[in-house]
Amino acid sequence: MNIYADNAATTKMSKAAIDAMVDCMNNTYGNPSSLYMIGQRAKEKLEQARAEIASVINAEPREIIFTSGGSEADNQAIISAAENGRKRGKVHIISSAFEHHAVLHTLGKLEKNGFRVTLLPVHSNGIIDTGELEAAIDEETCLVTIMTVNNEIGTIQPISEIGEICRKHGVPFHTDAVQAVGHLPIDVKAQNIDMLSASAHKFHGPKGTGFLYVKRGIPLLNLIEGGAQERGKRAGTENLAGVMGMSAALRESVQSMAAVKEHVIKIRDYIIKGLSEIPHSALNGDPETRIYGNINFSFEGIEGESLLILLDRKGISASSGSACTSGALDPSHVLLAIGRVHDVAHGSLRLSLGEEITYEEADYIIKSVKEVVEYLRGFSPVWSDLIAGKKEYIL
Amino acid sequence: MALYSDKVMDHFINPRNVGVIEDADAVGEVGNAKCGDIMRMYLKIDDDIITDVKFETFGCASAIASSSMATELIKGKPVSEARKLTNQAVAEALDGLPDYKMHCSVLAQEAIESALENYENKS
Ligand SMILES: Cc1ncc(COP(=O)(O)O)c(C=O)c1O
Repeated sequence: MNIYADNAATTKMSKAAIDAMVDCMNNTYGNPSSLYMIGQRAKEKLEQARAEIASVINAEPREIIFTSGGSEADNQAIISAAENGRKRGKVHIISSAFEHHAVLHTLGKLEKNGFRVTLLPVHSNGIIDTGELEAAIDEETCLVTIMTVNNEIGTIQPISEIGEICRKHGVPFHTDAVQAVGHLPIDVKAQNIDMLSASAHKFHGPKGTGFLYVKRGIPLLNLIEGGAQERGKRAGTENLAGVMGMSAALRESVQSMAAVKEHVIKIRDYIIKGLSEIPHSALNGDPETRIYGNINFSFEGIEGESLLILLDRKGISASSGSACTSGALDPSHVLLAIGRVHDVAHGSLRLSLGEEITYEEADYIIKSVKEVVEYLRGFSPVWSDLIAGKKEYIL
Repeated sequence: MALYSDKVMDHFINPRNVGVIEDADAVGEVGNAKCGDIMRMYLKIDDDIITDVKFETFGCASAIASSSMATELIKGKPVSEARKLTNQAVAEALDGLPDYKMHCSVLAQEAIESALENYENKS
């Protein structure tokens, strides 16, 4: 059996997205900046896609800037808000401890350049406290950036409340919605979102394509100098095929969103129930306020990379917050942020389900994870000390 | 390109000398769960010859494979020879490890050193 359960890392492209890209590459090769017909046809397609993508999040077409993906959108939104803040003497940014590195590393760079950064705690359930957010805002705050859905543990943040608080205090609000767009309804107007990052490859579109929404009236700096594409905010001849693929993928994701959620959430909870039978294990992140495809467990006494490789041999593709999977020394900053100690953060497993998941596959996943955890515990010195009572269980 | 060599995969999937020696003459342990690797080595020694060796490891595939290979390299050998085991020898016997996994072979060398120290302190 082959089960791809790493949809938070990337998704398989949809047929509609591939067809749209191939059609574009075959038939629309013009440069959208050229004035002759084939150029203008390309421009027309680009603008159609922009309008369609904008409508999905209730934005205006001119508020959408195409980028090379989520990382670029995050960088541009944050650096831009910071530099605009600095011009007015505002050098404080609020974010959370478990943002994606595209956000955290950008904030780290700004901190070296004189900004003050407050990383809000995300508590044991992986959800920020809006009271703590409001209390952290001061007269120097130039940006609040909080992700919509966490990429490792899938917890959903109170975006509407955050938007309301930011609006009340006159602070721009950016959200990294890379794990949310195409999976959850988003309304930038109703939710008071000023800037939002998205990435096509998380919703069955192509890699290397994404967009940044920036509310009209919010000044935006460009990171890439050059031509006047994207209203001068992002130079470079547009990735038209990528944008066509993204808009086709998004259209389909939005159409099937409700049905996918209803199906996947049942199987997710079924798998969570099955894996909970493994002794000394725990679900990471809130069981309810989480995106429907995400499962993240820690198993005491084992390490995640060996777990992943053995699951791969059984045909299951998943991921882990173990340091060993990335070559880093510390395990996932997300798991540490929700208070998991190193020992059990290393033993984590993330399954992010796709819409095609079946109960039969769910049973196979549960059985396989149980087998592999038991096998690895069988020669783990940590586990043998735990069962001998020489050490206290953490989970 | 696969992440690991076939040898590493073989020793990870079918680790040699896994387990515990209840009446071991020496036990060594290195690493900690915080870093994500712990190796424990058990030795049975007769007349300065390592007659049996077993290990328990908490860690990634290359840590498990390094433990397994290290036990193979010292089994049946005199203590003086086991003392000379280097992490490079372990890594080479596995047909190489990715750079950022070389510390696993270091840990295997240290686990054996730790067990041999335990033996020498006893005798
Ligand atoms: C929450 C989040 N933000 C940003 C990114 C980066 O997006 P991209 O890979 O398109 O640069 C990802 C994906 O890896 C993500 O999950």
